[in-house]
Amino acid sequence: MSFAYPGGIDCDIHPAVPSLQALLPYLDEHWREQVAVRGMDELASIAYPANSPLTARPDWKPAKGPAGADLVRLRREALDPFATSLAICNCLYGVQLLFSEDMAAAFARAVNDWMAKEWLDRDPRLRASIVVPPQSVERAVDEIERCAKDSRFVQVLLLVMGDQPLGKRHYWPIYAAAERHGLTIGIHAGSAYHNPPTPVGWPSYYTEDYVGQAQAFQSQLTSLICEGVFNRYPNLKVALLESGFTWLPAHLWRLTKYWRGLRMEIPWVDRAPTDIVRSNVRLSLQPVDGPPTSTKEGRDSLLRIIDHLQSDELLLFSTDYPHWQFDGNAVLPEGLPPDLIRKIMIDNPLATYSRLALTAAKEPVR
Amino acid sequence: MNVQIRDIQAADPAAGSRMAIADGDIHPARKSDRELFPWLAKRWQDELAGIGQRYRQPYQSGPAYPKSQPNAARRDAVPPGGGKPGCDLPFMQRQHLDPNNVALGILNPLGAGQGLQNPDFCAAMCAAVNEWQIAHWTSQDSRLKGSIVVSYEDAPAAVAEIRKWAGNPNFVQVMMLSRTGEPMGNRRYWPIYEAAAEAGLPLGVHAFGYGGHPITSGGYPTYYIEEMTGHAQCCQSGLTSLVIEGVFARTPALKLVMIEAGFAWAPSLAWRLDKTWKTLKQETPHLTRAPSEYIRDHVWWTTQPMEEPEPREHLLDTIGWIGWDRLIFATDYPHWDFDDPATALPLRISKEQRQGFFLDNAKRVYGVA
Amino acid sequence: MSRHVVAAARDIPPGGRKLVTVRGRPIAVFNLGGAYYGLLNRCPHQGGSLCEGVLTGLLQAPRPGEYVYSRKGEILRCPWHGWEFDIRTGQSYCDPERIRTRAYPVEVAAGQTVVEGPYVAETIAVTVEEDYVVVDV
Ligand code: FES
Repeated sequence: MSFAYPGGIDCDIHPAVPSLQALLPYLDEHWREQVAVRGMDELASIAYPANSPLTARPDWKPAKGPAGADLVRLRREALDPFATSLAICNCLYGVQLLFSEDMAAAFARAVNDWMAKEWLDRDPRLRASIVVPPQSVERAVDEIERCAKDSRFVQVLLLVMGDQPLGKRHYWPIYAAAERHGLTIGIHAGSAYHNPPTPVGWPSYYTEDYVGQAQAFQSQLTSLICEGVFNRYPNLKVALLESGFTWLPAHLWRLTKYWRGLRMEIPWVDRAPTDIVRSNVRLSLQPVDGPPTSTKEGRDSLLRIIDHLQSDELLLFSTDYPHWQFDGNAVLPEGLPPDLIRKIMIDNPLATYSRLALTAAKEPVR
Repeated sequence: MNVQIRDIQAADPAAGSRMAIADGDIHPARKSDRELFPWLAKRWQDELAGIGQRYRQPYQSGPAYPKSQPNAARRDAVPPGGGKPGCDLPFMQRQHLDPNNVALGILNPLGAGQGLQNPDFCAAMCAAVNEWQIAHWTSQDSRLKGSIVVSYEDAPAAVAEIRKWAGNPNFVQVMMLSRTGEPMGNRRYWPIYEAAAEAGLPLGVHAFGYGGHPITSGGYPTYYIEEMTGHAQCCQSGLTSLVIEGVFARTPALKLVMIEAGFAWAPSLAWRLDKTWKTLKQETPHLTRAPSEYIRDHVWWTTQPMEEPEPREHLLDTIGWIGWDRLIFATDYPHWDFDDPATALPLRISKEQRQGFFLDNAKRVYGVA
Repeated sequence: MSRHVVAAARDIPPGGRKLVTVRGRPIAVFNLGGAYYGLLNRCPHQGGSLCEGVLTGLLQAPRPGEYVYSRKGEILRCPWHGWEFDIRTGQSYCDPERIRTRAYPVEVAAGQTVVEGPYVAETIAVTVEEDYVVVDV
């Protein structure tokens, strides 16, 4: 099925750092030398093994180097076929995985400058997330302050598995900075691998790692809500990226049930978690972790799940380019009603990313 | 002071007319550790009194996250004579088994030593608790059936314990805790699954445990509510591992009962597993069918704590996707998140569905007539 | 509505509670420092016996980490799943409009008035010397 939706806003694409070499021009002299002297390797995370079928859709995989590293192909494969008007770049280079906070801050800075120069400057449809070093909240805030001046940065990017749950007060200065600048907090699949990627230890197969992202999102949502992040920062929007979404209703049923009996432990949470999600949390479309919609039964089930979400404002269009989540142009599951499609494609992204409106009609601001 | 606050002392005349149910999760407690002494060697009695029970968690007694109520129990479940909720069979009969017309109650002993750091101590405690289940419970009330608790981090010892009891009608399942040291599908645990299958016993995986990992894959959370919510994620991870590492493919006779982690998460997990497996198939040639098919054929869930969507009818979709034949009603008596059979499922369902959900599914899985 | 004598006042001293049955309805009667409250003894959630719950204060937080504690003893936690109910109104904390248990007015009446009526005192022998707990049902 071919699908193009003029004006659509793709909330999760992944331009790739082609190699560490490409970042050298954006590093300080000191760090540039360290890379060479220490013989540093690529910071490519095991969350997306370079040659795993999931990391690069077969027809999007270049003969050499990582998928998603070429702007011309990205235009041809991710933007043009869907008539996408805007797309948010989430760079997954493994900066958050480092243990040195100074090194992480240096690489975050390099990635962001590289993103602005090599991507945002070269295609007016592109927007990006600010890569920050969560290893140091202070430096993460510095990086937000530095990049927020460029309105093409619309979001702060965090990984769903880090050192501590993301609701912890430790991280709040990041949320304060994001709220101050109208930046969404994007939490993306992936781990710093400073904790085992499942709550029961290290799995044997990559399949388990990838499936496990959904459990990590559930835990982080619990944390953000229970710690009162949305009480403290009521205007903060959190987008869960490459998260799947069919797990959300069951998770909220459970959390809300427990909230009713255990809210004395978190008395600031004065609304049901279900309501908090409706006002503050959004999820990207791909991967659609629902039943296959090639059959009527599958389509009906997916509509039931969407009904369980009890809001048509939660989902954000995404291709997850170049990850292999769908074939051809079949980015939307079959059977969605037109009103919902419009919301997913345009209205919900605009409502989630307040900065998109700032730049939507204009040429990139430098 | 006159504080007469209970009226359950008298038999409930309606109880007999209520439908008979199975309860897939009852927690018997011991009045004191001395109850285990008849089956504990002197060395382990001394260990209990000396070094004590050390788990992969910080406190000598009590949980890492303080519970919301003493002993995580219903406040009305403290026996009139005192002691821990769940330690007094006559009171349990009066408060729960009789009025709720429980025809089959599955005992899942917690605090049974599972997860103790010292593997020999762990095995000794498990062995004693198994004897204790017969002496204090299953031999005293024929409605109750025991679970063989095993020292699952030490597979050879666990296998020996299973073989010891195989065929004994007091036991209807092998029990593990969900928070294992490695994901449950890891091959170090395979001999346990083979032994359970060989003995014709389902493997019950009860939420909780002491694997030593944070309950989230992003570190230790702050609150008890997060830990409680997190058991569902732990069980999803454990089930993922069992499926993807090929436990069901290799042990076709294995039946798995997921206990006390809710169930509504199951359909989403199965869809996600299928989708990911399809893309990454090359990695798992040992799987000959889609993950959801293994789940459909091998897994049951106890219902408590039952998810409570609004509108509640949404659960009908969820149960439909899982299969009405796959859920086993459970109360979790005497714990605080107890589900009451009379009120926990306020939905219009057919007679057959009700019969399966509340009784027959459990009977079938546990092979109890 | 009729007024039912359910206990002698001294049988439910401050801090005390009693489960009574009035016109077939189980009602939990509490004495909070001399003031009496009555709640239908059935939790609207799954039917837990409220009379066995603990009385706590009301805990609120204007911001995360700031605990404001008030109304000591006026919030009843269901003994099962811990839902909180306002002992004065029967309203739940989590959804006060929709989830509530019935609250019954309770007061103390002098034996003299009780003897004169119109009170229902089915199970209590009444004398003029005593004070009595009376529930409006
Ligand atoms: S029965 Fe009272 S809170 Fe559930």
